[in-house]
Amino acid sequence: MDRAKTTTLTGAEIVVRCLQEEGVEYVFGYPGGAVLFIYDELFKQDKVKHVLVRHEQGAVHAADGYSRSSRKVGVALVTSGPGVTNAVTGIATAYMDSIPLVVITGQVPTQAIGLDAFQECDTVGITRPIVKHNFLVKNVADLASTIKKAFHIAATGRPGPVVVDIPKDVTQHACEFHYPDTVHMRSYNPVRKGHAGQIKKAVQLLLDAERPFVYTGGGVVLSDASVELRELVKQLGFPCTNTLMGLGAYPATDRQFLGMLGMHGTYEANMAMQHCDVLLAIGARFDDRVIGNPAHFAQNPRKIVHIDIDPSSISKRVKVDVPIVGNIPDVLEDLLKLLKGSRGKDISAWWKQIDGWRAKDCLRYDRKSPIIKPQFVLEKLYEVTRGEAFVTSDVGQHQMWAAQFYKFNEPRRWINSGGLGTMGFGLPAAMGVQLANRGATVACVTGESSIQMCLQELSTCKQYRLPIKIINLNNKYMGMVRQWQEFFHGNRYSESYMDALPDFVKLAEGYGHRGVLVDKPGDVEPVLREAFAAKNDLVFLDFITDQKENVYPMVPGGKGITEMILYEDL
Amino acid sequence: MRHIISILVENEAGALSRIAGLFSARGYNIETLTVAPTEDASMSRMTIVTSGSEDVIEQITKQLNKLIEVVKVIDLSEAEHIERELMLIKVRAGQKEREDMKRMADIFRGRVIDVSDNTYTIELTGDTRKLDAFIQALDQGAIIETVRTGASGIGRGNRVLRV
Ligand SMILES: Cc1ncc(C[n+]2csc(CCOP(=O)(O)OP(=O)(O)O)c2C)c(N)n1
Repeated sequence: MDRAKTTTLTGAEIVVRCLQEEGVEYVFGYPGGAVLFIYDELFKQDKVKHVLVRHEQGAVHAADGYSRSSRKVGVALVTSGPGVTNAVTGIATAYMDSIPLVVITGQVPTQAIGLDAFQECDTVGITRPIVKHNFLVKNVADLASTIKKAFHIAATGRPGPVVVDIPKDVTQHACEFHYPDTVHMRSYNPVRKGHAGQIKKAVQLLLDAERPFVYTGGGVVLSDASVELRELVKQLGFPCTNTLMGLGAYPATDRQFLGMLGMHGTYEANMAMQHCDVLLAIGARFDDRVIGNPAHFAQNPRKIVHIDIDPSSISKRVKVDVPIVGNIPDVLEDLLKLLKGSRGKDISAWWKQIDGWRAKDCLRYDRKSPIIKPQFVLEKLYEVTRGEAFVTSDVGQHQMWAAQFYKFNEPRRWINSGGLGTMGFGLPAAMGVQLANRGATVACVTGESSIQMCLQELSTCKQYRLPIKIINLNNKYMGMVRQWQEFFHGNRYSESYMDALPDFVKLAEGYGHRGVLVDKPGDVEPVLREAFAAKNDLVFLDFITDQKENVYPMVPGGKGITEMILYEDL
Repeated sequence: MRHIISILVENEAGALSRIAGLFSARGYNIETLTVAPTEDASMSRMTIVTSGSEDVIEQITKQLNKLIEVVKVIDLSEAEHIERELMLIKVRAGQKEREDMKRMADIFRGRVIDVSDNTYTIELTGDTRKLDAFIQALDQGAIIETVRTGASGIGRGNRVLRV
C-alpha cells in the first residue's frame, strides 16, 4: 500500500496514469492540438498502447468493438472540435447499444471556453443526449477522481459511453496524484438483486405456462448471463429467441432456439412471440424493430415477465405484468434456485405448433442460382470458420443475412450496430475485436456501400497487422434501401444504385492487403478457405452477388410481427 | 393529467441542461420549471409541472432517475401536497382605478409592493389556479406586465423528499 506516498503529476501524466491504473491495454485515438500533452505522455511509456486510426469515427468504433468482444471498457482519445464531432457517430452508436466506453476529448484552454476559440465546440452539450454521462474537468485536482468515476459509470448498471472533456491547460497544470480505489456517488447506485417477491411471481407464471416463450436481448450478452440463460431454458424446456443484439446468448444450433425474431426474424420466432401465453423477456426492450406495432402485439393476451437492469426499459412500449429490475445473472440465479426440482406443464402441444411453423423453412433461398446468393456466402462463411469466428457487420441486407445464417453459439461473437444502425461500423469494430482477441478469426461482413464509410481504416489494419477477413457482399446497390424501394416505393430506386464503384481488389492492394474478386458460386468456398488459411493477412473478398435478392421474412414498418412478407408469397 | 414532480439533483454545472434536454429529446412537456439550491448547498431542488398519461409520467420519473446527477425524484401529485407560485403583476392604477384595484388585491390576499402615478405592482402567492383566477378577475386591459415563478411544491405532513 503506497497510498500515503503521493506524487505531483501534470494533468496529462494523470490521464495516462489513470489509464494504467484501470488496466487499459489499448487507446484508440487521433492527435491534435488540445491533446498534445496527453500524447506526449503516451509517448513516454509503453504500458498503454495507442492505436492510431485514420478518422475519429473509427477510433470510437474500434474501442466499441474491443469492448463488445472483451467485456472491458473501450477507450478512445480525440482532440477538440472536429475530433469530437467526428467521434459523435461512434459515441451515439455505443450509446444505443449500451457499450461501456470512456471517450477522452481535448478541449480548448479553460480561459478560451465560450469565446469561439480555434477548434472549440461545446463537447458536453453536443454529446449530452448520446452518452450515459459526461464531464468537463475544469480543475486538475478533479481529474483522477473524474476518470475513476467515468470508468465506474461506463461499466456498471446499464453500461454506456462516458465522455471526459479535458481543457488543454488542465493537462498542463499539476497536482498531487491519488487514484481512488472506490467510487461513492449518492446519486448513482445501480441495483443488483431482483425483488424476491417478483421473482416468486415469475416462477409461478413460468410453471403454469402452456405456451411459454423466452425472448432475450443484448442485456444478456452485456451482463454475461449466457450460462444462466442456457441453464434456465434447458431446465424449463422452453423455446427461446434472441434479438439482433442478443445473438449467441443462447446457442443457435440448439433445438430449443427458434432463430432471431423481429423485422427480419424467422417465421417461427415471430409466430411464437405473438401466440405465447407467458413471455419471459430478459435484457430486451420490445423496440420497434422487434415487436413492430405494439397495438398489434397487444391483440393476443399473454403474461409478461420482464427482467432488466434499467427500469426505464420496462413498460416503455409494452405493458408488463411482472417487472424485475436487477442484474440479469443475479436474477436468473435466484430464479433457478426457486425453480429447483419443479417441472412446468406439459408443453408438447406448443412444441408441435412451433414445429409446424418451422416447417415453413422461412429462410429458404434459391440454391441453384448461377449468380452468387449472399445467403450462400454466409452459410459457407459459417462452415469454413466452423462457427467460431468473431463476425462484425455493417448495416443493411448483409447484416440481416449474417444474423440469420451465421449460427452463433457463443455470446460476444456477433458484433453489429443494432440500435443506431451505423454504416461504417464493421471495419473499425473488427480492428478492436482483433486487438482484443489476437490470433482469433475475425470476419467483417459488409456491403459495397457500407465499407466505403470507414474504408480509410484499411490503412490502420496494415499498420497494426490486423488479419481481418472482409466479406464484401457487393450487389452494387444500397441493398436494404433498394429493398424498401421495391416493396414500398413502386420500384423507384431513387439514389440507391452505386455507380462508379472502385475496383475493390486494387483498392485493397493499394492499402497493402490482398484482394480477391469472386463472381461464381463454385468459387465461394475455396476462396473462403484460402483466405481464412492466410492467418497473417487481411484479405478483402469482393463477392459479386445477386442485385435483386431480398431479405425474408420481412415485417413492414408499423405492422404486426406476424404480418410477414415471406419468400413464398412472391 | 397535470403532475408536479420534485427532483433533488447534484448542484453541478450542466445538471439543469441535462434535465431540460431530457424533456425536449423525449417530447415530454414542461409547463413550469423552478430550481434553486436547498439548505444543503451541494444539492438543488427542482419542481417541474408537466402533463401526460400515466405511462408518460412513469417514463418521465424513470428517465429522470436514470440521469447520473439526479439524487431523488417524487411525483408530488401522487399524494397530499402543497403547491405555491409567486406572481408579480403590474396593473394600470390611475386615480380612478386605484381603490378597485386595491380591493381586488385584498380579496386575493395580494400585496401592493410598488406604486407609481398610474401603476400598482401586486405580489400574489398561491397555487397556479389562484393566480390564474386573479388574472381572470382583472379587467384585461388593466394588465401591463406579469411575471410568474412557476410552481414549487412540497409534500404534506410527514411526506418528505430528502437524502
Ligand atoms: C450512416 C448511415 N447512413 C445511411 C443509412 C441508411 N441505410 C441503411 S442500409 C443502407 C444501405 C446499405 O448498403 P450496403 O452497405 O451496400 O449493404 P446492403 O444492404 O446492400 O447489403 C443505407 C443507406 C445508415 N444505416 N447509416
